[in-house]
Amino acid sequence: MPKLKINDIELEVAPGTSVLQACEQLGIEVPRFCYHDKLSVPANCRMCLVEVEKTPKPQASCALPCGEGMVVKTNTPVVLRARKNVMEMLLINHPLDCPICDQGGECDLQDQAVAYGFDRGRYAEAKRAVKDKELGPLVKTVMTRCIHCTRCVRFADEIAGTPVLGGFGRSEHLEIGTYIEKAVSSELSGNLVDVCPVGALTNKPYAFEARPWELSKTETIDVLDAIGSNIRVDTRGQEVMRILPRLHEDVNEEWISDKTRYACDGLKRQRLDTPYIRGVDGKLKPANWGEAFAAIARQVKGMPGESIAAIAGDLADAEAMFALKQLMQQLKSPNIDCRQDGAQYDSSQRAGYTFNSKISGIEQADVMLLVGTNPRLEASLINARIRKRWLRGGLKVGVIGEQTDLTYPTKYLGANPLVLDEILQGRNAFAELLKNAKNPMIIVGAGALARKDGLFIQYRARKIAETYNMVRDGWNGFNVLQTVASRVAGLDMGFVPAQGGKATHDIIAAAGQGKIGLLYLLGADEIDMSKLGNTFVVYQGHHGDAGASRADVILPGSAYTEKSALYMNTEGRLQSTRRAAFPPGQAKEDWQIIRALSEVLGHALPYDTLAQLRQKMVQAHALFARLDHVEPAPWNNFARDGVLESAPLRSSIANFYQTDVISRASPTMAQCVDAFLKPVAEAAE
Amino acid sequence: MLAEKDKVFTNLYGFDDWKLAGARKRGVWSNTKELLALGQAKIIDEVKNSGLRGRGGAGFSTGMKWSFMPKPSDRPHYLVVNADESEPGTCKDRDIIRFDPHRLLEGIVCGAFAINAHASYIYIRGEFVNEAKNMQIAIEEAYAAGLIGKNACGSGWDIDIYLHRGAGAYICGEESALLESLEGKKGQPRNKPPFPANAGLYASPTTVNNVETIAVVPEILRRGAAWFAGMGREKNSGNKVYCISGHVNQPCNVEEVMSIPMRELIEKYAGGVRGGWDNLLAVIPGGSSTPLLPKDICNTVLMDFDALKAVQSGLGTAGLIVMDKSTDLIYAIARLSRFYMHESCGQCTPCREGTGWMYRVMQRMVKGNARLEEIDMLIDVTREIEGHTICAHGDAAGWPIQGLIRHFRPMVEQRILDYRKQAA
Repeated sequence: MPKLKINDIELEVAPGTSVLQACEQLGIEVPRFCYHDKLSVPANCRMCLVEVEKTPKPQASCALPCGEGMVVKTNTPVVLRARKNVMEMLLINHPLDCPICDQGGECDLQDQAVAYGFDRGRYAEAKRAVKDKELGPLVKTVMTRCIHCTRCVRFADEIAGTPVLGGFGRSEHLEIGTYIEKAVSSELSGNLVDVCPVGALTNKPYAFEARPWELSKTETIDVLDAIGSNIRVDTRGQEVMRILPRLHEDVNEEWISDKTRYACDGLKRQRLDTPYIRGVDGKLKPANWGEAFAAIARQVKGMPGESIAAIAGDLADAEAMFALKQLMQQLKSPNIDCRQDGAQYDSSQRAGYTFNSKISGIEQADVMLLVGTNPRLEASLINARIRKRWLRGGLKVGVIGEQTDLTYPTKYLGANPLVLDEILQGRNAFAELLKNAKNPMIIVGAGALARKDGLFIQYRARKIAETYNMVRDGWNGFNVLQTVASRVAGLDMGFVPAQGGKATHDIIAAAGQGKIGLLYLLGADEIDMSKLGNTFVVYQGHHGDAGASRADVILPGSAYTEKSALYMNTEGRLQSTRRAAFPPGQAKEDWQIIRALSEVLGHALPYDTLAQLRQKMVQAHALFARLDHVEPAPWNNFARDGVLESAPLRSSIANFYQTDVISRASPTMAQCVDAFLKPVAEAAE
Repeated sequence: MLAEKDKVFTNLYGFDDWKLAGARKRGVWSNTKELLALGQAKIIDEVKNSGLRGRGGAGFSTGMKWSFMPKPSDRPHYLVVNADESEPGTCKDRDIIRFDPHRLLEGIVCGAFAINAHASYIYIRGEFVNEAKNMQIAIEEAYAAGLIGKNACGSGWDIDIYLHRGAGAYICGEESALLESLEGKKGQPRNKPPFPANAGLYASPTTVNNVETIAVVPEILRRGAAWFAGMGREKNSGNKVYCISGHVNQPCNVEEVMSIPMRELIEKYAGGVRGGWDNLLAVIPGGSSTPLLPKDICNTVLMDFDALKAVQSGLGTAGLIVMDKSTDLIYAIARLSRFYMHESCGQCTPCREGTGWMYRVMQRMVKGNARLEEIDMLIDVTREIEGHTICAHGDAAGWPIQGLIRHFRPMVEQRILDYRKQAA
């Protein structure tokens, strides 16, 4: 623990702390551009120079480890002069285009120029101009503004694992780019915009849309995957302008995926803003809430409970599912399911469907087995965590499933699920690694569990976990990687078929046979609507997608930016969204719709406010009591043995950019599909 | 004055056979095994006592540098020889490599042994095509003769020597940029600390030495530290290869003692300044980055580290660039500014942006198209860069300009006034 003195204040720091970090601990501001806590330290901007006793020259504090007895000064004339000098150098070739720069108002260079710069320029020569680079539909470049801090290069190399950026040329002609022009094909490319301290890399869809001081900022969470990334939603009036990450070391660190960031323009399109009723001519007609509820009530009247069913979709919040479950209980319907992918694994034990090691637990793992999952697409930030762990050295990853580039080397074990048996019986070479591992981990993808034999795969995964000592005091390496935001909450509250009830596949089959009279879709759009026969379908949701176009009655709900609602992420971490804008038109919050409907149906649910509902929910399921808390799940037997099918294991996601109604409505995501997923067209002629 | 018997580089002009047979005749490889038998501590002590200072420009004590290498550990140690000689005005290593490569190889064996290295890399400038060929032949000869490789010279020490050709970047002569380049990365200097002795090539303890430094080590061990220390002034001891170019009658390389008067060096070996000593305008004493010296200083100055430092210049690589009165000094310095701008690696701010700024102002100064205040501003810019960068390239880029203005400010001012008169 080295002791040192900074500006005459003595302090003791952990070994390996840099002088810059020590200054931060003391609240001493040290300006910097190239330094970023999550990236390597090149010490190239030279802005953080400090004076250290017994050294002839000022030192870059970001790269200088604290030493015993060091005496550091950050406020001497030498330091102030050095900062002013470096700032002048940074500005001589930086264009004075702040008024038309999207970074204006939240620009490190702008802020630090005010704080540490000189009040006029002395550079009278011609300024450098740099050709802009085309990096695809997400990141806009104005390379003349680049100050060559190389944060983007290091982010792409280290965090994203897609080393496509670099500095080429030297001296003044150093340029950041891809050398051969190509789009940055990473699920995390949007973070380049955040790490760029100036306006060289900016948010392309958001270009010239708003100024930061016009925006109201709401701290909330993302629901487009099961990570529950912490985000900040910036709105102007009722319009969501952009989405930025928020720091949460245990979940998303300070990154978010491109879908989280850029799908927000989908919130403005295809929205359901008024109830609709399908007329006798087969066309949907706008209606008011009373008419819509009355139309449902007419159907439900006298209908036996068994012929009513409900499926909750991927974006459904916990409160709405809880209310819907209670309503279905009132209607005596056992047919409810929150797994619209048709998965039928054992959900009786919480440990059997959550990410038990927690996301931060990945950093302790040393051997990892991925089963039927492509974390890069399903949960980009979990993949980034695995890569972070791999970069530290000593991680071995085995993959059963698709063979893809996960940004770190893997040992490919095939796609046949029978490999699980080989590993279980110790017949596979990877078993040896698992056996000798200190903290082994298995990650089972939602795709593996959604198969017909999902239950048996779940069983084998449990057996592997038990055989290879993955579950013990202080460590649970059995992980299920859910891909949708609603799933864990739904399973936690038992939004699954009650005794004698039908699960998703059976509901659809029964609907096709005319045995289901009314099907209630709570934002469920991923089922095959063509197989529902003549069933009367109620769709409650916020986007006009597959569900709405099949529906007989549409009840317009609200998207995640428009309500305060609870979600459990794949770890089982309870988090809450916050309202950043109001839902459009007549749309309402989802639990309110169900509560209002219940009254019309004559089964009024016993709560009138969100607080009352949450109270009831906590009474029924204690897991919903504590925000941002992961309750460790007890380990019990779950799932059972059965014969595996030989069909290859696959990820549940093929198209990262369009997985739900919001991202499918997003023009930016559609552009990404064109840019990144379509095969490159041969040049014409 | 260096006696013939005290010369180390006896084939500096390539009159003799450069290959192994010729080298042996000159005494190279004569008793390498015995030299190694001195033991590592003794070798380092001898080199320390000899007062040998690095010949690459910075002039750091070589023995001291070697003693910074950590104790043997599980990490390999490396000796890297800096043969990326690119400093304008300097061509001493080139002649050592092409005419006396075995002297370098023998030095590597001694040096590598002293610092516990079993592998050594010679990083040679890319443009040195024929030199690299000779060096490679010499390495193969030495391997075949059992002088290097397993049990080198029968000493029991294993040492492998690899030749690596650079790709023509001046900055790769900076030791940490050289290591980056050697590792296959872009040649950009590393931030220090850690110094190469702790984390150098492949993050292992590494010593980087100049060709000339390493090549004199066997002779120091053979003849004793006192012999070497006896030449030149105190703390500036030994022999030195000087490169004299520019406006002299016979540009040449010459081996002489340290601390020889500059005037003697130029007049005796280079045939004097073109048009006589009185026609001298200025001399850049140690490769392009050292500030130039006007004639009145050149009259008496000694050629060594401390004497040149005392007149605000430096010995650098001892590459003298002599300029007579026909020289447009401002243009000459502007040309050097362009070189330093072009060769800046571009990673750190002051050097990347500042070298271009200095060059552009210098370009205007050549014509006189500037304001008198800009002379002070230019000096200020050189000071803004100096000491604020990762490596010394930024400092080096400013020094020639500082030298020019320190000694020839009236000339620069006159140029500006003349331009204005003409423009009016």
